[in-house]
Amino acid sequence: MIDRPQVLHVARLARLELDDAQVERMARELSSVLDHVEKIGELDLEGVEPAAQVVDVVNALRADEPRPSLPRDVALATAPEVVDDGFGVPTPGAG
Amino acid sequence: MSAGATAPATTYEPVIGLEIHVQLDTRTKMFCGCELSFGDPPNTHTCPVCLGMPGALPVVNAQAIHSALTIGMAFGCELAPRSIFHRKNYFYPDLPKGYQISQFDVPICRGGHLGDVRIHRVHLEEDAAKLVHVGASGRIHGADASIVDYNRGGTPLVEIVTEPDVRSAAQAREWLTLLRETLRQLGVSDVNMEEGSLRCDANVSIRPAGSDALGTKTELKNMNSFRYLERGVEAEIARQVALVEAGEAVRQETLHFDPVSGSITSLRSKEEAHDYRYFPEPDLVPVVLTDAMRDAAAARLPELPAARAERYERELGLTAESARLLAFRAELAAYFERALAGAPTTSEGESLVWGHPQALANWLTGELAARLGDADPAASKVAPEALAKLVALVRSKQVTPGAAKQVLDALVAEGGDPEAIVEAQGLGAIGGGDELAEIVARALASDPDAVAKLKGGNMKAIGPIVGFVMRETKGRADGGEVNRLVREQLGI
Repeated sequence: MIDRPQVLHVARLARLELDDAQVERMARELSSVLDHVEKIGELDLEGVEPAAQVVDVVNALRADEPRPSLPRDVALATAPEVVDDGFGVPTPGAG
Repeated sequence: MSAGATAPATTYEPVIGLEIHVQLDTRTKMFCGCELSFGDPPNTHTCPVCLGMPGALPVVNAQAIHSALTIGMAFGCELAPRSIFHRKNYFYPDLPKGYQISQFDVPICRGGHLGDVRIHRVHLEEDAAKLVHVGASGRIHGADASIVDYNRGGTPLVEIVTEPDVRSAAQAREWLTLLRETLRQLGVSDVNMEEGSLRCDANVSIRPAGSDALGTKTELKNMNSFRYLERGVEAEIARQVALVEAGEAVRQETLHFDPVSGSITSLRSKEEAHDYRYFPEPDLVPVVLTDAMRDAAAARLPELPAARAERYERELGLTAESARLLAFRAELAAYFERALAGAPTTSEGESLVWGHPQALANWLTGELAARLGDADPAASKVAPEALAKLVALVRSKQVTPGAAKQVLDALVAEGGDPEAIVEAQGLGAIGGGDELAEIVARALASDPDAVAKLKGGNMKAIGPIVGFVMRETKGRADGGEVNRLVREQLGI
């Protein structure tokens, strides 16, 4: 069972602000997700190689050749604010 | 209190491990085709992949794999037959995806060593973007503002982690010099600490000398020069010793060394490893080592500084110090080898410096390096063959060491042939002929006091006599010959 402090810890890492009702709901939902994973964990996987991928492909590599980058105005179109040709953001940890 | 009752002061042994981030000098980024740049206008080298746009897919740069394998081979690492990438999750504006693609439990290389320090692992990851704090600009809702430049974001990085084998700040600095030179000669990075392409963190702890236990370690971040690394580690060792001696505990934390004030301050408490919530990167498939990849990396390995220094000691009989001075500066080693190859030979075909490469090494790392500073001697006016010839002239006593320094001055200024310079400036050694005997006679005649002492058996008194002769001959007299003539003329 995921408890309230655990939910708040994970929410902080994800930079999410949850109200009390959401914390309670997330505790319930995350617990059921973990229960499900535990159920999968019951499978007998003796002798089965761990898999980090489901596709049977390796070495999908790219030659070290430049491709065009985005025009700067297009890149900056997604910036919350543009300051001196950069993405303007509040200083982390400030205020 | 009697001296016997004083408890012996505990001496502490520092235990230091280093973590080095190296920007690879590939043409493009780790996971996209944006060109690497340094100093270009901000945000001109970005694309949906390195801006972290939803749905954009990373593809691994083959050259970065090649460089990482080359580094691993240089260290004698075990190369992973199959390695994978992980996501390291944390939020910071210099990391647009909300995670850094890195390697976790299956790095591309493990083990090995460089010099006397063991390597724990070598792994590949991507660099973060550049975040510049601009202070309260008033433009961002009046808050304290920062600007992000994503040009650097996604640059291929190799992280090299050592075992805690370093025992002093000076050794840390020395080893980092060896690492930088090794990486430079591998041609995988421009290893410029000022520009951030080589960055070093140090894990520092102390323990009572002789103990095998490991103390609590602190992590000293981002020391961007060799001097700062040495001074930072020194300051941190001193801080920990003071804490322990005062009966306080060292706390595990991340620290910043301020080279200006020399002070050490705590950075934000580091998120614990499990808070990074590493999981396998689902958008990338495993990298499986092929024979072709291994052969390509092996083909790129030059003779590395540590091996070269060892060879100079073994084959040429150089002192360890000379061997290191030459081998750790590739341009000096190259010049040295050209000079050796171009040294003049006797009529029997025997090289005049081959028998004594140490003399050539001394002239190169001493007199010539002193005149050229950090400049590459190959770019100077002194041809390697000319230096070799000059050393041969000294060894065959045709030129005295003092006069040879004047010849070297002329070579540095104008280049040319040392023999011609000796001829033109009349710097040839004055041998045992009548000319030198006559000067010695004058020297003795001018200093009856010294003569009396010499006759009385005080050989120290020969100093002023030799000084007189050297002045008269402008340093061209052979000291041994002067000595012999003095004894001969005084009958002692």
